[in-house]
Amino acid sequence: MSGSQPLLRATAVTKTFPGTIALDKVDFTLHPGEVHALLGENGAGKSTLIKCLTGAYRRDGGDILLDGMPIDPRNTLEAQSFGIGTVYQEVNLLPNLSVAENLLLGHQPVRFGMISGRTMNAAARTMLAQYGLDIDVSRNLDNFSVAVQQVVAIARAVSLSGKVLILDEPTASLDAQEVQMLFEVVRSLKERQLGIVFISHFLDQVFEISDRITVLRNGRLVGAEATADVDRVRLVNMMLGRELKQETRESGRTDRPEGMPAIRFQGFGKSGRIAPFDLDIRAGEVVGVAGLLGSGRTETAEVLFGVTPHDSGKVEEKGATLPLGSPRDAIAGGFGFCPEDRKGDGIVGDLSVRENIVLALQARRGWTKPLPARAQAAMAEEFIRRLDIRTPDAEKPVGLLSGGNQQKVLLARWLATHPRFLILDEPTRGIDVGAHAEIIRLIEELCAQGMSLLVISSELDELVAYSHRVIVVRDRRHVAELVGEDITTDNMVAAIARPDAGRADEAAT
Amino acid sequence: MSAASRFLRRITPQLVTLAAVLASIAIVFPGFFEISIANGRLYGSAIDILNRGAPVALLAIGMTLVIATKGIDLSVGAVMAICGAVAASAVDRGMGLVPTLALAIGTGLACGLWNGILVAVLKIQPIVATLILMVAGRGIAQLITEGAILTFRHEGLIFIGSGTFLTVPMPVLIWLFTGVIVALVVRRTALGMLIEAIGINPRASMLAGVNTRVLLIAVYMASSLCAAIAGIIAAADIRGADANNAGLWLELDAILAVVIGGTSLLGGRFSIVASLIGAMIIQAVNTGILLSGFPPEFNLVIKAGIVLVILVLQSPTVQSAFIYFRRNKQSSPADAKTVVQ
Amino acid sequence: MNARSLPLLATVIIFLLAYAVCYSQYPAMLSTRVIGNLLTDNAFLGIVAVGMTFVIISGGIDLSVGSVIAFSGVFIAVLLRDTGLHPVAVFAMLLVITTLFGAAMGATIHYLEMPPFIVTLAGMFLARGMAYVLTIDSVPITHEFYGRLQDFYYLMPGRGRLTLIGGIMLLVFLTGMILAHRTRFGMNVYALGGGVQTARLMGVPVARTTIQIYALSGFLAGLSGIVFSIYTSAGYSLSTVGVELDAIAAVVIGGTLLTGGSGFVAGTLIGVMIMGLIQTYIIFDGTLSSWWTKIVIGFLLFAFIVLQKGLVWIADRNAGALKSAR
Repeated sequence: MSGSQPLLRATAVTKTFPGTIALDKVDFTLHPGEVHALLGENGAGKSTLIKCLTGAYRRDGGDILLDGMPIDPRNTLEAQSFGIGTVYQEVNLLPNLSVAENLLLGHQPVRFGMISGRTMNAAARTMLAQYGLDIDVSRNLDNFSVAVQQVVAIARAVSLSGKVLILDEPTASLDAQEVQMLFEVVRSLKERQLGIVFISHFLDQVFEISDRITVLRNGRLVGAEATADVDRVRLVNMMLGRELKQETRESGRTDRPEGMPAIRFQGFGKSGRIAPFDLDIRAGEVVGVAGLLGSGRTETAEVLFGVTPHDSGKVEEKGATLPLGSPRDAIAGGFGFCPEDRKGDGIVGDLSVRENIVLALQARRGWTKPLPARAQAAMAEEFIRRLDIRTPDAEKPVGLLSGGNQQKVLLARWLATHPRFLILDEPTRGIDVGAHAEIIRLIEELCAQGMSLLVISSELDELVAYSHRVIVVRDRRHVAELVGEDITTDNMVAAIARPDAGRADEAAT
Repeated sequence: MSAASRFLRRITPQLVTLAAVLASIAIVFPGFFEISIANGRLYGSAIDILNRGAPVALLAIGMTLVIATKGIDLSVGAVMAICGAVAASAVDRGMGLVPTLALAIGTGLACGLWNGILVAVLKIQPIVATLILMVAGRGIAQLITEGAILTFRHEGLIFIGSGTFLTVPMPVLIWLFTGVIVALVVRRTALGMLIEAIGINPRASMLAGVNTRVLLIAVYMASSLCAAIAGIIAAADIRGADANNAGLWLELDAILAVVIGGTSLLGGRFSIVASLIGAMIIQAVNTGILLSGFPPEFNLVIKAGIVLVILVLQSPTVQSAFIYFRRNKQSSPADAKTVVQ
Repeated sequence: MNARSLPLLATVIIFLLAYAVCYSQYPAMLSTRVIGNLLTDNAFLGIVAVGMTFVIISGGIDLSVGSVIAFSGVFIAVLLRDTGLHPVAVFAMLLVITTLFGAAMGATIHYLEMPPFIVTLAGMFLARGMAYVLTIDSVPITHEFYGRLQDFYYLMPGRGRLTLIGGIMLLVFLTGMILAHRTRFGMNVYALGGGVQTARLMGVPVARTTIQIYALSGFLAGLSGIVFSIYTSAGYSLSTVGVELDAIAAVVIGGTLLTGGSGFVAGTLIGVMIMGLIQTYIIFDGTLSSWWTKIVIGFLLFAFIVLQKGLVWIADRNAGALKSAR
């Protein structure tokens, strides 16, 4: 297959945003009749690459050749007219229109200025018949399952573009049977010599459907290989494994604090998001959580903090049950949570650094007991100094700071509440190297002071550096727990990569 | 930069506009700033602006808080009519002043609770949720007054509309007092910051433990409370409750006052003082047109012109272009967004 | 059965029930006379509500229509009084003006990225203000052509009169239905209501469609103004205050989602008829006061908004259940 002329060839594609290089000279080659998986964690550059290919972003450097001709799409519609179509995870169709209207919007058959519903529906049925789908095309799209909507979206994309089809996490909300239905469609398109880019974080699916795999990490190309030549462990290693050969710890910390667990979660879970798990947290302990994107790691954090209230199990603290129905409950119980999506869930952009720092503490005190202005200013100054937040002054809107400094402001927000248990979801993603090291140092410092932490990270080196224990999450289940010397990147990679070998609930104690 | 100077900077555009409007009126009508005292009451065009602007100023106070949460309250005009009607019918049945006021204000709070529950609990878009009371409210007010203009002669109630205290008309004192109290409450407690946080990023606020539901309900209740006070003043002023015309279209003036005051309709940073100045700008334009001999017909056209100018200035497209220019000029985007006290 | 047509079904059932209640008390209400009057009295509201239906389906709102109707009446009356122009020429001029006015608002909404609410609020002030500027008096229209227009009717069986303006309204509804469901423009309107971003990605010309939608609403408001001037034989700048609210209420009661994306022009007709029926009932009753109209309409609004919220909620929960099934 690699002998044929490539359908799409991108060379040295570069894209920078203020402060970060999102794509650094990435190459990508797609052949006709090939399913090419594109893998990487959040922030690896997958979606930036896709956006450069489809014209949603203008690239800053590099070439894109389609059928040997250089192209430079200015928007997705233009990319579509060249032959590159995209289907996104959250189906980019209009749920309030009928299936036929969605398929033919902008290209409806018109006679004397009028759309003939009958002709349109017939054309839609013909289109869907190629995909083995026989449904009532006159019904609204939202009457159908996500799987059917995906196929409709694919049918529209293929009919309008017809050379390259990009599937961006199409299977994220499908069940096993629906995935098979979708794969049937993908195989039939492959036979029609389309080039298909397949993005997914489900390794089983990647191995089942793809011919080649390209892995990105931190905006750079890690490797591109034939699927037959890689095994799961090597693949996970490419995605998460050691990147820098710097001198770090080989295995996790063995100084796990003794004594009774401070907080015990028993059978804790939320159906559909994370299977019930047990978790004991001791004072002064750092528990790491490792897993691929979509494995249930963020879901674990959200259920622990009451963002999605648990529907099974209970939390105990010194024998007494803690209510945990909402973030307010969790905060009252001494919890803190720095979410993964800093901009959407974390900072309040237009408020000042000072206000963002005091927000959680103030919310806990209630509006009637304001922190005096002087105390607020002192607190802001203290954290700006202690965490080395780079800002001209405490009154600058936090939205204007860099990512690393925003992360520090969020940490300061929670430290101001003196939490006993702090949950950090990807605290070091998308921030510069200096801030990165400082945040790791801070985690160690906090735990030395007796705080308990749960840290989610896709940087396995990092987890090795500060964790006393690491919980491995896969398929929305806690599947393994590593303690002390067992915490190594190799062990974590092995646990993450292990194919779905039945239930492993008992692994989490 | 101190808090006081930041505050001054925040309200400068509004002050300049107000000064410009007043100055241009004074040019056409030289006697504009003359103030006299007769029968223990201040008289003069400037006093008139303060007095006539009372309802819109009161509504603007509550509306500012609602808009800061990224909401809008279309029902305030109707709530004015309801509360005016309640007050009039209460004194009509021989109730005392205090129970009458308590009843009218209690009715206002109930209206606010209704709006708040629709927005915060049922999660209906604010514009849609408050539309219900806007449509039904006038009917309810007419139900209370039984369709007629319910007049009264209760001296105490009339005093609220046309009495004076230390030569200053009561409505002026009431809106100034309410404005000061609300501004102090939101800025001296943490209320203001929490409201702004909800308006800017509701999800992050919720995750930081802010009780968004209760605060939203409280904000709509505050808006209706202000409307109730305005309704009582409007009824007391004409010595009767006119369910059809009391507060008619004042919700739009109140929204306009807030927008002129520089609070974005997209929520977030707000300033009650700036909104109050905005209300005075609107009233000054109204009075100015009357005084300067222009036909009052031009009033709405000028208002439309003001809205258009503000629209252009606040539009995201124009703002981003503006920020871009400033960045290029001084390469310091730090001041691109004004900060309130 | 599409869940989205449930509000429409509810509207139809409410209308039939309401009519049945009216009929059981006042059998005279089921005569073509009453029906003819219902159509005539609500003609201007119905026409403007068609435009509002398009605006709301696209996810917008148009607060200017009531003022535009008043402006139209004044414009026609003043021009007929002060010039020798034939009414038809005046009508044509007026429709051009109001259509351009709507288009200008649409362009402002799209290019300045401002909320329709505030843009059309400015339009509302402007139109009402221009009416005031023309005249603040009620100007009677005495042109003999108007007399002919008013005398023009079709006698239905049962001696009910389908007047010209009632007929125009029905024609507008028919055209609106075809426009909404049988043209690319109509589909684009629904697409915008389903999500502007997605619509743009799917190739819908967002700018052009937005401008067309508000231009249509402006055109129909102008037409409604003509009809209103025929209905009242006068132009008065203080008339039709709050008609935009009645139109919005009729659209929502007609089963259109106020958040956009879903609705039916035919439903709006029934919404207008329900509102007219309430008024007719109150007139027939004689003891009920007119304010009950507003209260009942407010209650219906509430009921429909909650019904729609409930439907959205159920749909979300189903989608959630689908997701959690894996």
